[in-house]
Amino acid sequence: MNDSHYCPHTPEEIQEMLSVIGVASVEDLFAPIPSELRAKTFNLPSGMSEFETFGRMQEIASENSGNMLNFIGGGFYDHIIPAVVDHLSGRAEFYTAYTPYQPECSQGTLQALFEYQTAICRLTGLDVSNASLYDGGTSCAEAAMMSLRITGRTKIVVDGCVSPFSRQVLKTYLFNLNVDVVEIPPLDGLLNRAELAAVLDDSVAAVLVQNPNFFGSIEDFTALADQVHGAGALLIGSVYPISLGLVKSPGEMGMDIAVGDGQSLGNPLSFGGPSFGFIAAKKKLIRNMPGRIVGETVDRNGKRGYVLTLQAREQHIKRHKATSNICSNQGLCALRGLIFLSSVGKEGLADLARLNRDKAEYAKGQLAKISGVTVLQSAVTFNEFTLSLPKQAATVVTALLAHGIAAGVPLGQYYEGSENCMVVTVTEKRTRKEIDLFVKELEVALCN
Amino acid sequence: MQLIYEKSVAGRRGIKLPASDVPAASALPAALLRTESAGLAEVSELDLVRHFTNLSRRNFSVDTNFYPLGSCTMKYNAKVLENASALFAPLHPMTALLPGGVEFCQGTLGMLYDLGQLLADITGMDEVTTQPLAGAHGEMTGILLISAYHAANGNKAKKKYVVVPDSSHGTNPASASIAGYEIITVPTASYGDMDLELFKAAMTDEVAAVMMTCPNTLGLFNPHIKEISDIAHSHGALMYYDGANLNAIMGKVKPGDVGFDVIHVNLHKTFGTPHGGGGPGSGPVGVKKALIPFLPQPRIVMDNDGKLLLETANPKAIGRTANFFGNFGVMAKAYAYIIMLGREGLIQVSEQAVLNANYIKEKLKPYYELPYDMTCMHECVFSASKQLEHGVHAIDIAKFLIDKGYHPPTVYFPMIVKEAIMIEPTETESKGAMDAFIDVMIEAAKTAESNPQALHDAPRTMPISRLDETKAAREQNVCCIG
Repeated sequence: MNDSHYCPHTPEEIQEMLSVIGVASVEDLFAPIPSELRAKTFNLPSGMSEFETFGRMQEIASENSGNMLNFIGGGFYDHIIPAVVDHLSGRAEFYTAYTPYQPECSQGTLQALFEYQTAICRLTGLDVSNASLYDGGTSCAEAAMMSLRITGRTKIVVDGCVSPFSRQVLKTYLFNLNVDVVEIPPLDGLLNRAELAAVLDDSVAAVLVQNPNFFGSIEDFTALADQVHGAGALLIGSVYPISLGLVKSPGEMGMDIAVGDGQSLGNPLSFGGPSFGFIAAKKKLIRNMPGRIVGETVDRNGKRGYVLTLQAREQHIKRHKATSNICSNQGLCALRGLIFLSSVGKEGLADLARLNRDKAEYAKGQLAKISGVTVLQSAVTFNEFTLSLPKQAATVVTALLAHGIAAGVPLGQYYEGSENCMVVTVTEKRTRKEIDLFVKELEVALCN
Repeated sequence: MQLIYEKSVAGRRGIKLPASDVPAASALPAALLRTESAGLAEVSELDLVRHFTNLSRRNFSVDTNFYPLGSCTMKYNAKVLENASALFAPLHPMTALLPGGVEFCQGTLGMLYDLGQLLADITGMDEVTTQPLAGAHGEMTGILLISAYHAANGNKAKKKYVVVPDSSHGTNPASASIAGYEIITVPTASYGDMDLELFKAAMTDEVAAVMMTCPNTLGLFNPHIKEISDIAHSHGALMYYDGANLNAIMGKVKPGDVGFDVIHVNLHKTFGTPHGGGGPGSGPVGVKKALIPFLPQPRIVMDNDGKLLLETANPKAIGRTANFFGNFGVMAKAYAYIIMLGREGLIQVSEQAVLNANYIKEKLKPYYELPYDMTCMHECVFSASKQLEHGVHAIDIAKFLIDKGYHPPTVYFPMIVKEAIMIEPTETESKGAMDAFIDVMIEAAKTAESNPQALHDAPRTMPISRLDETKAAREQNVCCIG
């Protein structure tokens, strides 16, 4: 019975193959599985045609509201994706290959990853990058574990302004290790520097901050870097790559490790993934980096080429002594990031960042005119800011969802006492008309 | 080929951005401004398209070449899966986490829930979390679940070890180690499976988990698997199933039925989603009932009316292993794959994957040493030891295959086989394609005897010859200076 065009053999071919093997039936090949262990049930539905499958997927997609006007971020951002990103990353030679273990027939992937690493180094102002991690949250955790390995210390200090999701991921990664995670509660949407100074002792491996932070505030961490280094610890910054078109880079601030989520670089929202995590660091830390790293070298004829390098750090060689357990990363998403960055280009990224800030500042100004609405922080922001509303933000957000507007992320569930606050995100995709509509709808919702 | 940065010309652009329709904001304070724009490429759209199109042509891939990379299940990836996944591109994950937001995400949450149910049935588990982002991420998640389970039973301090066979994937000990466990490695016996007597000797009440791949990395199904589970359970240890080799057994045997408590599944292997040149993968984790309370948050649950809700604040849960719901786009492809193939289709997948591996094994047996000569499952492992007598290594055979247009099998893994050549054809290859591959493998074996130098010189048809890996590791040139 051959009802699948993905399993190509004809019954005659199967017979021929069975006689080569010397068994009577395909079932005989499963004889090594003791009969008492064989599956008693297998209740999956029957298969369907390609046409019906796609129809079913369309039905599922239609059960979501696909036309939401997004003023939400929280780690994933609604940015433009140049058409070339889909088309080029959609080349099957890229997406149906795997990890480039055999460099001679994988130079496409390897050179692209080398170019990706270069883009990440230049964007973050740091020396070395790996070939990608999973996502923003896990990249924070990987950087923290890297700092534990480097310093041999046992405490991680985390700014409470770091995304609550990333903080949860970090704590999950570390809960079974003998490591203390100390959180510094935010002060007016900023790092509480006095409290940080009080906990910064010689047991601290690293301090983790985020820029812009979950409230949208941008801070200069240059002085903090000196302070952290003074205590013999590392400074890790989780950054929003689009903001780096404008904002001082982690390298310029003196940070040791920069991480973040690469979704905003050419990867669709896609209900939360796939995206990619990035990690860049000072050169001296390279041997403690997690994941794949591509390096330049030459072939037997002196011709330039690229290989996976420093593999002695990795699980397939070092097993339990590896710097991380990562095998598959997010190669194709990193490739999309590279194509995106190469498409917008050097000055284009600065323009794109400026456009985000202009739209957000316009929205901030208009929203602040609504009676009872105030902008929470006086700090400088990029494309996200926190509003304080005259009533519970959760109620307002729920009401506006029914009007097709995702108005913001209410902070109450993440920060006690912030029930009236929400974080609003405005990317370059939002038009003035959409922003004005949002302002009007919010005004109405607050009156009800 | 030049790097994109070497094609860069100042002032050139690859995309026109939308014009601003709002007033310009005041400049950022100087202390917050970057002093110089990041040195990204400056190229036209056509320059960009040529660059990446030409780069792509320097890859072997499933769509262009037979790719029997053992342990990676490089099956054909149906094109409709790409179309299906694209349907979900505009959906923001945060919508579901807003108050009242689940109302607007019933389709996507429902699909994740259904996918969990289908995977639970295939693997014999009670519930599945779709959050882990890759196989190794699933392993770490699974071990953390096991650790939370032991802690809840008051055994956190006592349970210090994780047992793995020496044939395991490197990710198994690495995942257990980063999750805080010490590793006990059990050698493989002459019959190709973990040595049962040595395993019994290694087991104590201090063992938290036993991690197994079944069929193992030699492609062999362990007939003692139930006994191993029973012994592990008698010491209060849980059984972890590395689902990397699930493609061999769908509908034939369920890991949950033979005593496994936790499993991860590689959607990019068994369930037909593309490997992306090294990801994105997806590594959902299935568990038995006793471990459900510890599953990561947000957990998708169904109420009595069939409505999907999110559990977000279960204090027993291990927390969060990724920011949102996992690699949704990958899961959409896997879901479409499962409903398209259905029950009979998936059984056929496993049957023909096993048929193909055994066919190649029988055909190549006269030419290559087969260290464990028995019926294999979805892959077979040879050794190049006969060829080594002529000074030819597994890597030389691999490079010869590249010249002939084949992506090489996995070489030098599993580490317990000297000069290992691990071949996994998958079910999607035709007999004709395999016969052609077999002929080239035979040619390689004959060339090893007649002209070993020809193999040392391979590959000669690629844009580059063999690369100096020592130089790369020494110089650590990992980004383009300039």
